[in-house]
Amino acid sequence: MELRGICREYVVGDQIVHALDHVDLAIESGEYISIMGPSGSGKSTLLNVLGLLDRPTAGTYVLKGEDVSSLDDDALALHRQRQIGFIFQFFHLVPRLTALENVELPMVLAGAAPRARRERATAVLESVGLKARMGHRPDQLSGGERQRVAIGRAIVMQPSVLLADEPTGNLDSKSGGEIIDIIEQLNRDGIALLIVTHDPAVGGRARRHLSLRDGRIVGDESRQ
Amino acid sequence: MKPLDTTRLALQSLHRYPLRTGMLLLAISIGVAAVVMLTAVGEGARRYVTGQFASLGANLLIVLPGRAETSGSGIQGLLIGETARELTLDDTIAVGRSPRIRQVTPLVVGSGTASWRSRERDITVLGTSAPMLAIQHWTMQSGAFLPPGDLDVASPICVLGSVVAAELFDTRTALGQWLRIGDSRCRVIGLLAQQGLAGGFNVDETVIVPIANAQQLFNTSSVFRILAEARSRDGIQSARRDIIEIVKARHAGEEDITVVTQDALVSTFDSIFGMITAGLAAIAAISLVVAGVLIMNVMLVAVSQRTGEIGLLKAVGARNRQIIALFLTEAACLSLFGAAVGIAIGTGGTWLLRAAFPIIEFRAPIWASASAVGIAILSGLVFGILPARRAAALDPVLALMKR
Repeated sequence: MELRGICREYVVGDQIVHALDHVDLAIESGEYISIMGPSGSGKSTLLNVLGLLDRPTAGTYVLKGEDVSSLDDDALALHRQRQIGFIFQFFHLVPRLTALENVELPMVLAGAAPRARRERATAVLESVGLKARMGHRPDQLSGGERQRVAIGRAIVMQPSVLLADEPTGNLDSKSGGEIIDIIEQLNRDGIALLIVTHDPAVGGRARRHLSLRDGRIVGDESRQ
Repeated sequence: MKPLDTTRLALQSLHRYPLRTGMLLLAISIGVAAVVMLTAVGEGARRYVTGQFASLGANLLIVLPGRAETSGSGIQGLLIGETARELTLDDTIAVGRSPRIRQVTPLVVGSGTASWRSRERDITVLGTSAPMLAIQHWTMQSGAFLPPGDLDVASPICVLGSVVAAELFDTRTALGQWLRIGDSRCRVIGLLAQQGLAGGFNVDETVIVPIANAQQLFNTSSVFRILAEARSRDGIQSARRDIIEIVKARHAGEEDITVVTQDALVSTFDSIFGMITAGLAAIAAISLVVAGVLIMNVMLVAVSQRTGEIGLLKAVGARNRQIIALFLTEAACLSLFGAAVGIAIGTGGTWLLRAAFPIIEFRAPIWASASAVGIAILSGLVFGILPARRAAALDPVLALMKR
């Protein structure tokens, strides 16, 4: 993934806010990156642009060798479906669907056959340790369990990148730790992992740290 | 996304909000049930009225004095006929001579009082002749109808309708008794079986006497109507022309009668009631459009309630078209179920109406039920488009910011 001169501006009232200001960033496959910075520094906007949820106002975004900065809605949706998994602070599970059905949802949208997606979703839930509770609806699950369902949903399509926006922000430290363990295991299995977080303990575990301030990358350090 | 999955997801969200779904189902089903029941009433009335006139007999021609219009024939003549020259018994006999007429009978109608011993009752007196029984397809319960004979010969006999017989004589034998009508007396020679309503008056409440007696009773030499039966159904129009020619020749070359065929009566009433039914259906269909607006309203609320969910769907790769399909399917399922419930309610209500008024055959025509279902689904889809498009147009980032 490569961002070149990415800008994202919002108009708030009569003021223009530069959420991202000429960001250049290259991410290799399988990397483990944390993005930190104060509120309003553009962390989430960067994640949304990388996840193709938000369009940059200027600049070029190349994903797996393809320029995706000027694709239409449907093409972007297709890329999100195949390449990118999202994990949100507030889980965003569909309340009326069971854990299994929530995990199946991306495959349903992709038009997968019922049997194939059931097998795949069951396997994914097993890998996040929730096989026993796959028939439960979100309101019958704890916060940690809900986030594990969300992780299952993010990886069920086998994306190449996992984007996590404050994945532990709404969890106690014990279940937050478990969530980090799970996604780090996924990263060791080859998926690129980007975590936006306020928590230095979470961010400090990544191999590469990005610091943002006022829409610019002000720090980019890697450790072995 | 497979259609089956789209439907399943839509049904799951309907299931999730039972109150909302129930209210919308109620609104749609009331609309559909209204169409079904109102058209059942209209159609029942149409069947009833046309049945009344059809019971007059298929080959029947009714001759009435006066000519109210210069072209065609129809119901107008019955309503505002003006008498130029009265019809007479001789006209009746002359009409009966036409080779295209099988039989003919004159008719005089008036009201009178019938009494037997101390019992007295207001009745309708029908003065007519022997062919009336066959022309009107009446059936006798006992005794005989008026015997054939010269029209101008009075004879002190009468035939009673079933209600008159029951009320004046209870269970006693009426046959052979002397009945007093006005200031004349006549012997009961026959009782009609129950006939019900036919052609606008209740035969069961009449006393039938020979035409000459009725003319004496009401002090008239004219005839109120002439009823003629054509030899065949195809011959009705030529029989009609025959009658007009014959009477015209007898009335100094003036065409001063109107001949109404039973066909014309039936088809006139048929089209009037058909129109009324269609009007009722249209009025009821308005409630379906109102239900459609309701669907739109509630779906718009649903879109804002489920903003986060829509954002999530987009994040995991839902295309705009898929989101539109989801919401439209939800609206279509709602209208489909509402229509089904409405058909059930309407059918039940029609059944109750039939049970309450067995004399009228209430039944909703298929076209009404089918178009009610069609309009319900159509209005669900049309009014579902706006909310669905609004959902699809949501910005995923903003949508996801809502929990």
